[in-house]
Amino acid sequence: MRGINITISVLIASAILGYLMAFVAGLCRLSSNIIIRKATGFYIEVFRGTSLIVQLFWLYYAVPMLFDIQLGSNWLVGVIAIALNYGAYMSEIVRGSILAVAKGQTEAATALNMSSFQRMRLIILPQAVRMMLPEFGNYLIQMLKATSLVYLIGMNDILYYGNILRSNDLSQAPTVYLLLLVFYFILALPIIWLTRKAEVISKKGVAS
Amino acid sequence: MTEPIVTFQNIHKSFGDVEVLKGINLDIKPAEKVAIIGPSGSGKTTIIRLLMTLEKPTSGDIIVDGKNLWKMDKNGKLVDANEKHLRQVRGDIGMVFQHFNLFPHMTILENCMTAPIHVKSEDKKTAKQRSIEMLEKVGLGDKLDNYPSQLSGGQKQRVAMARALVMRPKVMLFDEVTSALDPELVGEVLEVIRDIAKEGEMAMILVTHEMDFALDVADKVLFLDEGVIAEQGTASEVIEHSKNERLQSFLKRFRA
Amino acid sequence: MDNWSWEIFWDAFPVVLEGLGITVGLTFACYLFALIFGFVWTFLRRIPFKPLNWIVTWVMEFIRSTPPLVQLFFIYFAWPMVPVVGMTLSPFASAVLGLGLHFSTYIGEVYRSGIEGVEKGQWEASRALNFSTSQKWLKVILPQAIPPTIPMLGNYLIIMFKEVPLASTIGVVGILHMANSYGAQYWAYLEPLTIVAILFLVLSYPSAILISKLEKRMNRRFNKNEALNSSKGATT
Repeated sequence: MRGINITISVLIASAILGYLMAFVAGLCRLSSNIIIRKATGFYIEVFRGTSLIVQLFWLYYAVPMLFDIQLGSNWLVGVIAIALNYGAYMSEIVRGSILAVAKGQTEAATALNMSSFQRMRLIILPQAVRMMLPEFGNYLIQMLKATSLVYLIGMNDILYYGNILRSNDLSQAPTVYLLLLVFYFILALPIIWLTRKAEVISKKGVAS
Repeated sequence: MTEPIVTFQNIHKSFGDVEVLKGINLDIKPAEKVAIIGPSGSGKTTIIRLLMTLEKPTSGDIIVDGKNLWKMDKNGKLVDANEKHLRQVRGDIGMVFQHFNLFPHMTILENCMTAPIHVKSEDKKTAKQRSIEMLEKVGLGDKLDNYPSQLSGGQKQRVAMARALVMRPKVMLFDEVTSALDPELVGEVLEVIRDIAKEGEMAMILVTHEMDFALDVADKVLFLDEGVIAEQGTASEVIEHSKNERLQSFLKRFRA
Repeated sequence: MDNWSWEIFWDAFPVVLEGLGITVGLTFACYLFALIFGFVWTFLRRIPFKPLNWIVTWVMEFIRSTPPLVQLFFIYFAWPMVPVVGMTLSPFASAVLGLGLHFSTYIGEVYRSGIEGVEKGQWEASRALNFSTSQKWLKVILPQAIPPTIPMLGNYLIIMFKEVPLASTIGVVGILHMANSYGAQYWAYLEPLTIVAILFLVLSYPSAILISKLEKRMNRRFNKNEALNSSKGATT
């Protein structure tokens, strides 16, 4: 099957960028600076309030027209759209997990005279990340499903090749799409397994 | 007379509309052991939380070792302390909490080692060695690699004390450290505090409901009632010979 | 920003708006389907027969972890080709079936969490009072299980609203489809796509606020359902 590399490379790149966005936006939401907080809130609401497919088209068709720029390849457009969209969703998980670490932890760290940066790095984040893991796993599956959308902006992913096969021989359609679905499921299986593991891990080592 | 290590000057503290502390004046000398007793809601925990910088006083000054804790000098003017200033001054203070507040993602050895390494920039080997010594002293030398969730409440509280002691504070605060423990575990924790107290060089402020223990350990006892220090003196003066009616009815409930 | 034209914006606006009825209608149709089919999953999972449970769980997992876009293509293009069936579905019906089925697996989980959120003592009390099965469900379990699920179900309505534009790929003429065809016709994608984004934002943001208010009120009333609050996001 051709096109696998595109599906997988889009998934990996948008997952990395998406998690990064989630942390940046999640921490910005907790900033004491009101401008940073509001601006991040705006980003999050816009991307959560509109749908990914609209954002994808908008980035692909509208942004180049609006600013007279090319975002480079449509691979990049796909990755950016998925990362920005899921980054916005996951930033709420980052924020929620940080807030969910018990207040006593911050107080104990203060009593040991840690700076606010040390408190975050040594005490809060290690615990918050454990709490985030299962949700991050769930969103990774969502991102996997979202990679199929890059077909719509003209990328030659597995769905594209599947559609070609179908148009060559219409009677093959059920087999082709079933195979595609099975293929996505095989990709999802390790993530499902990891997510279940993460649920076990996240229950340990957290004070809340 | 030696200079006090901690001084409270007319400290007031309100939470919203509720005034919890209504003008606290207090001197604590180096190595002095002070027990604070009083009914719940009297503000006794707030006193030590202000000293640990977990809460900010509404008005008044706290002096630690000659330095103003909550205010700093900026171009000749006194302004609210920033974090850097707070960190400089509160380095001499350590605290043990009612609910232990151990770090659940670290082994008990790491719980003790982390702050010396990152806050005091000790090298790892020294910090480890000192942490092990301290954990042995509180009787947990065999649990170094356990996680807090594997320990009993009494053991957790002893780890918390070792963790605070490794930082070598000049003043150690104990916030009702036995109230969250099962009765049969209280003894082992009090034993450790007694040992620390005997060594002598560190000032201690204990918020406690253990009257016999206060009588045994404390040089001075404060009875806090509705945000003011209603009675103070040596342990036997306050606990055994006071004429204050509210104090007597308070004690009666605890000694019954 | 020179390329922005208000003229095109106002020209495209009514065109795009024409699709809104279809988009909203499709959303509710899919939602209704998912609400009903969610019950089927919940029911199947409660049958005390291990192999069946196992199969149902994995079928749900399969539907949930594969792209709805491919599922749509399957139902629209492939279903009529399956021997014996040979039934062609309209794009709208395919979308209802495809998206409805996809989200029914999530809705089924919501129902399950609602039922499992009812304390064990309530089940035991119903037994102790010798209620019949139907009395137990109607009088005791469901009245407690349903209210806490309402905010989550509301969230899924919004999530599905945002998924429905997928149906434009099989030719359902909702707002995204209108915008894209306007764009293709006049080579002006910027304005119509922006209109689509605004419409989504205008409709979904207030609903989201409404639901989070509802959720807070529910939590105050049933302050035990913390397990339900970690609502799983499910988009695409």
